[in-house]
Amino acid sequence: MSQLRFREAVRAAMIEEMERDERVYLIGEEVGHYQGAYKVSEGMLERFGERRVIDTPITESGFTGISIGAAIVGLRPIVEYMTWNFSAVAFDQILNNAAKLRQMSGGQLRVPIVFRAPNGSARQVGSQHSHAMEHFYAHIPGLKVLAPATPADAKGLLKAAIRDDDPVLFMESETLYGVKGEVPDDPDFLVPMGQAAIAREGRDVTIVAWSRMVHVALEAAAVLAREGVEAEVIDLRSLRPLDETTIVASVRKTHRAVIAYEGWPYGGVGAEIVDRIQRLAFDDLDAPVLRTSFLDVPMPYNARLEQLVVPQASRIVEQVRKVLYRA
Amino acid sequence: MAKVLEMPKLSPTMEEGQISLWHMKEGDPVGVDDLLAEVETDKATMEYRSFDRGTLLRILAPGGSVVRLGQPVAVLGAPGEDIAALLASLLGSSPVAADALPLAAAHPPSVADVVAAPPAGPAGDEPPTGRAKASPYVRKLARERGLDLGLVSGSGPGGRIVARDVEGLPEAVPAPAPRPESGVLAAPIARPLSMMRKAIARRLTESKQTVPHFYLTIDVDADPIWSLREQINADLAAAAHADAPVIKVSLNDLLVKASAIALARVPECNAEFTPEAILIHRRVDISVAVAVSEGLLTPVVRDADRKSVMAIAAEIRELSSRAKARKLAPSEMANGTFSISNLGMYGIDEFAAVINPPEGAILAVGQVRREPVLRGDAIVPGRRLKLTLSCDHRVVDGAVGAEFLRALRALVEHPTRILLA
Repeated sequence: MSQLRFREAVRAAMIEEMERDERVYLIGEEVGHYQGAYKVSEGMLERFGERRVIDTPITESGFTGISIGAAIVGLRPIVEYMTWNFSAVAFDQILNNAAKLRQMSGGQLRVPIVFRAPNGSARQVGSQHSHAMEHFYAHIPGLKVLAPATPADAKGLLKAAIRDDDPVLFMESETLYGVKGEVPDDPDFLVPMGQAAIAREGRDVTIVAWSRMVHVALEAAAVLAREGVEAEVIDLRSLRPLDETTIVASVRKTHRAVIAYEGWPYGGVGAEIVDRIQRLAFDDLDAPVLRTSFLDVPMPYNARLEQLVVPQASRIVEQVRKVLYRA
Repeated sequence: MAKVLEMPKLSPTMEEGQISLWHMKEGDPVGVDDLLAEVETDKATMEYRSFDRGTLLRILAPGGSVVRLGQPVAVLGAPGEDIAALLASLLGSSPVAADALPLAAAHPPSVADVVAAPPAGPAGDEPPTGRAKASPYVRKLARERGLDLGLVSGSGPGGRIVARDVEGLPEAVPAPAPRPESGVLAAPIARPLSMMRKAIARRLTESKQTVPHFYLTIDVDADPIWSLREQINADLAAAAHADAPVIKVSLNDLLVKASAIALARVPECNAEFTPEAILIHRRVDISVAVAVSEGLLTPVVRDADRKSVMAIAAEIRELSSRAKARKLAPSEMANGTFSISNLGMYGIDEFAAVINPPEGAILAVGQVRREPVLRGDAIVPGRRLKLTLSCDHRVVDGAVGAEFLRALRALVEHPTRILLA
């Protein structure tokens, strides 16, 4: 075990997999000479050279398309976007090539590629740089979407993603990069995709969250515990495939659920989870499932307004009180 | 020709019924004996089946309505038949129709946010539909535990019944509702009267106000009947087959049988007062009080003097489980001649029960007490049991009641006679 920051865990995963398999390479803006926009790839250029740690111009659509092509012919690219917001420029490549080619070729082609970047709100980066992009991508069959909350899961899931033979999108968080945690050193430590974790056990209500929101949900659970409410916090880790078994088992126990996430309230992964719960645990629900999400507006730049739009622990607590009929 | 369907008499004592659920909707074809609706009477939830064939043209009393006997609840006729004139005549003859639809008019459904704050008081928020508004989880609990949600008032938004209303939330969740400041009278929680609660209130008030009660108590040696019961149950367990459930005999089963024998010997205690005559029954039908959620029911063990203790034990088990599920037919709770109420399992030493009219007496059974008793000149550990007979003095005089209790004591203290009789 090592104490690693989230960014160091992501880096360790990439280094281990690049040492294990020479087909793996890293490509993106500022990943090499600048050592990564968020210093995730620090030291990797020196270690692997310019052939495997490739700086690109500001051309997301171009380097995404080139990497999908490289994956088709046998390499295993890791594509870093400066943030997921900029993947919008490459959306056509991800939607129409990465996600589709295996199916459209009748299985003749595979696209073993990982796209990774920080996602969601940061601090005062404005509405165009604060998107929660997982909702757009989790909608698409053919893609896997991961959103870990801890350094250990970041390492284990990223390694599993790199070894996977299909496209995987990996959601990090600018405000999680400095978070520290115990991380296994075993080079074959993998976290299976599609398995949620129970971040905190409880019996009164289920809070489902992922990525940064897991930490906010745990903060809310601590507040609730002082009121005598024991919240169970599920760290989803994987948004697609979705571990509905863990969610349903928890709701069967608690009879109430709140979904906490970054992203707008209309549709999205949160709504998908609500659908699974009402379908698979209908007879166990004592209250409608509620969500805590971004407010339904573009992210304000103003720091105070931004705090209003981004889910805070207090808003999760409020929703929990409602499903307990204690609001 | 359209026909008006009226609230039928589904129990001998009902004066009104609540339509708890319609099984048909307007426009549905109806055949003879088809289930139209479920009606909660003072005794049980009963099926209302059709005597006629036709199409259900109009529901006059929606689910939840309380309707007096003989008042209209629906119109049956031919498909598309014009019933305007019939409806006009029904509505014209108020208070009939007005009486039939009070709840629907008085409580429009709440359209508040589904998770809005609960209303200040749950009273009066009974939804207008016959289907009680309840969370899916509560419905599951109700199915599993045989709860009658019509008897529960919901504390959720719009009167929704939520888990805490049927089981209470885990103790760890404290009620954050602030206590009113001192000096302010907090509003009580109002629980609407269920049909059963109304029946209990009416009949017991009538009993206590019109029946002159007096009470006789005896304290009997309970060691013999205790030992006998243990021996019977040990024998039953030893003889039980693997595939058959083990039947156990309770003290109450033995006391029902003992009382039945004593009543056969002292028939003056097995009697009923009427203004013209005292009726001495030639049957011994013992009503057994069973506590159920929201009240109590008194299923009757017929001809208890002629049944074996085992048969009585099995019958009481079966009747009480159906009583708790509220599945007893009214006929199974009617025409008892004598009642037994046992609070021994709650640790009650002795009590005086209220007579269940028109019966002439009721026996109240306390707990078996372990205490020092005198045997010869020695004080030894023993068991005692108090039995209190409430008598209707119009029928049973003190000496007659005492005679019954003497017969009962002889049986309880020499319990093999209970088995041999």
